[in-house]
Amino acid sequence: MLVNRKLILAHFWLAFGVFGIALTLGAWQMFIRSPIGTWLSNPELYYRSLTAHGTVMGYVFPTLVAMGFGYAISESALQQRLVGVRWAWAGFWLIVAGSIMAVIPIALGRASVLYTFYPPLIGNVFYYLGVVLVVVGSWIWVALMSINLRVWRKANPGAAVPLAMFANVAGSYLWAWTAVGAALELLLQIIPVAAGLKATIDAGLARVFFSWTLHAIVYFWLMPTYIAYYTIVPRAIGGRVYSDSMARISFILFLVVAMPIGMHHTFADPQVGAGFKFIHSAFTALVALPTLLTVFTICASVEIAARLRGGRGMFGWIKTLPWDNPMMLALAFSFVMLGFGGAGGLINMSYQLDASIHNTQWITGHFHLIFGGAIVIMYFAIAYDLWPHLTGRELIDLRLIRTQLWLWFIGMIVTTFPWHWVGILGMPRRMAYFDFGDPAIAPQALSVTLSAIGGFILLTSGILFLVVLARGMRAPQADAGPYRFAVAVHQPVIVPVALNTHALWVALMIALTLTNYGYPILTLALTEGTSVPAVYVGAQ
Amino acid sequence: MSARDLFTFSNPHFTRGVGITAAILVVTAIVGFIVLPFAQPWVQFANVWDAICSAAGVPQRAASVAAPAQDKRLSEVVLTSSTLSRPSQEAIGRGATLAQRCAICHGPTGVSRADSPNLAGQYAAVIYKELHDFRSGARTNAVMSPFAVNLTDQEIADLSNYYAYLPRLPAYHPTPQLPKPNIVIFGAPMRGIAPCGSCHGSLDNKTGSPWLEGQSEAYMKAQLQAFASGERRNDISQQMRNIARAMTPQEIEQAAAYYASQPPDVVKAVD
Ligand code: HEM
Ligand SMILES: [Cu+2]
Repeated sequence: MLVNRKLILAHFWLAFGVFGIALTLGAWQMFIRSPIGTWLSNPELYYRSLTAHGTVMGYVFPTLVAMGFGYAISESALQQRLVGVRWAWAGFWLIVAGSIMAVIPIALGRASVLYTFYPPLIGNVFYYLGVVLVVVGSWIWVALMSINLRVWRKANPGAAVPLAMFANVAGSYLWAWTAVGAALELLLQIIPVAAGLKATIDAGLARVFFSWTLHAIVYFWLMPTYIAYYTIVPRAIGGRVYSDSMARISFILFLVVAMPIGMHHTFADPQVGAGFKFIHSAFTALVALPTLLTVFTICASVEIAARLRGGRGMFGWIKTLPWDNPMMLALAFSFVMLGFGGAGGLINMSYQLDASIHNTQWITGHFHLIFGGAIVIMYFAIAYDLWPHLTGRELIDLRLIRTQLWLWFIGMIVTTFPWHWVGILGMPRRMAYFDFGDPAIAPQALSVTLSAIGGFILLTSGILFLVVLARGMRAPQADAGPYRFAVAVHQPVIVPVALNTHALWVALMIALTLTNYGYPILTLALTEGTSVPAVYVGAQ
Repeated sequence: MSARDLFTFSNPHFTRGVGITAAILVVTAIVGFIVLPFAQPWVQFANVWDAICSAAGVPQRAASVAAPAQDKRLSEVVLTSSTLSRPSQEAIGRGATLAQRCAICHGPTGVSRADSPNLAGQYAAVIYKELHDFRSGARTNAVMSPFAVNLTDQEIADLSNYYAYLPRLPAYHPTPQLPKPNIVIFGAPMRGIAPCGSCHGSLDNKTGSPWLEGQSEAYMKAQLQAFASGERRNDISQQMRNIARAMTPQEIEQAAAYYASQPPDVVKAVD
């Protein structure tokens, strides 16, 4: 039951539209600092582009996908019209306004601070206010998801909350809480300086606040993908979810342990005590658990589909899978990239190994593989799956869709594998220019060129994606029927309270935040003399 | 299904969830705050509490080691990007009067006819810093130092504001414009040299860096050589010494000749 299709389509179109622009910037960045581009003589232009690319890809694009998908889940999983449609539109327009407000100073070169803000570097205040508006818009969505679930619970007392909605609300709570870190940094520290009320800033404290956001935001990006793994893929390929409880436990684990581990981003920072770094590192190891559970459950669910199609043998069933089904293809690609990306992640989270790749191109290679690869390819799959239900028209170009997915996968591998490699060789990230004529880095020229070629393959794939969606808006009308989610082998009838509600896990998430962040934040905030003069972008 | 059924020890999910989380926290805390600190034989702790405080990052006073003695004076000026950013008309007027005595070398319009630097349109923070450094002895020059020693803080600020206010005029001996040498546009990344323009104006301006276009070639070359040899050392944190030391003599000549040949209006207009 998808009633507010316009609302959902608006979110998706805005998401994919800004994605297209940021993707183009990304490909340009890759090209311009590679040996095949000629140096533009002005690093500031590079950082302008990088700020726009990071802000859109990190904040605007995934947030809009999560929101649009969240509204779709709420209506179709709960079989209930969305409550608070006006508020939802208000949230959408806040994001539009915030994005415009942020992009103008970026385009003018007044906010080239990169999406991680980098205090004491300070840009134009409207950039930060724009980001705040985007976050506030998304908080409206968080509230609406919670309210819609509550309304449904009233109408269906004691019933098991559908898995898709349970996971969706867990994701929204995670986002609500994790965004608080960056919000505190912006509101208490950066915006007062950008507005001219203060001239100094405690950069160490700001970095700790940002780390509060930076890890769990990754899991917020990941939520739509995991929801698709569990609730769309098995249905689309004719299988069943192997275990509904396992799925719930995975999402619960994300809620509890994705949050209090962000200091693995501050391993190299002197302002955080080593004991806290260790605790965060140890909890980071735990966060691999829900991913391992998911990989296991989804592989089992896929096997069920294969066996239902007559597959046999220990591995023989893999052949019988519907490989021409875009969803199957997307899942397989996503898992391969998740595997490589996850292995890289184990290196990042290890205190000692991290030291050798800290701030190198390895990091950018890593998160493009996981985020741009494993996660975003499932965003494509979600859009393809929902599109006929949103437009009332069929997506006929299956071959084009498969080509698009293949290109994204190949492009991502070609881009990110050499990207990791040059990182190991020590090439720093966030640099606008490399002199490949110098013998010291000449051997890296080939790898960087490969990455740049991969970037253009990705750009081609991104354009194809938009073409498929646009053509889908004009295809012949066809009724796609009601939108359904995958059913489990044992559909839940009665679920224990703890696996049907979020309160306990949200409480644990907040408690762990206090134990793992409370003391470092308090001491940094209360220690005198830790602030440094702000450095204003573009000021003399 | 109420909060009461959920948050109670008779609910196994609650007991297990909270119990496991707390247990992991306690174990990791013991390892992180006690075991690992003592596992580092090169660090000595008085007792367990000492180790815990160290692992928690409790701020501690650094042992009071005397700063190494400096044989030469270093700059003590503190600059921020808002130093002298909003001058009053009176300050500029006072500066104009004081500037009469500078005109003999720096030119009546702030454009030198000799090899002294042009001051017209120079950033206020730059003049402010150099005058302070001449006064404190962090920078010395047989001609300039005697002029600076008697200036008050107010006079230095006024002079800086006055010269910053003057329009940037073409150099007194204009030469044909030279093309940009590599050291100016690219710097030399592998030797840690950023492009000159990333601080000195044409790409970006960093607080305290002067604009160089149209300055005397001989003057700029002499300054770069002085930075390279360490004879001049009033640049904060060795910003310029680190660069000049890594430059080849040829690059020093190219950069000085290039900047001297530029008309002043190529400087990126800021605000
Ligand atoms: C055509 C494909 C893409 C290319 C060639 C590309 C390229 C780049 C480059 C060159 C950087 C800067 C690295 C540095 O200098 O440190 C970057 C940063 C970034 N990219 Fe991409 N990108 C692409 C797609 C994506 C996608 C699909 C996403 C996520 C959905 C993404 C997210 C980011 C983020 C969050 C940053 C960080 C910005 C920062 O460090 O400030 N990119 N990208
Ligand atoms: Cu992280």
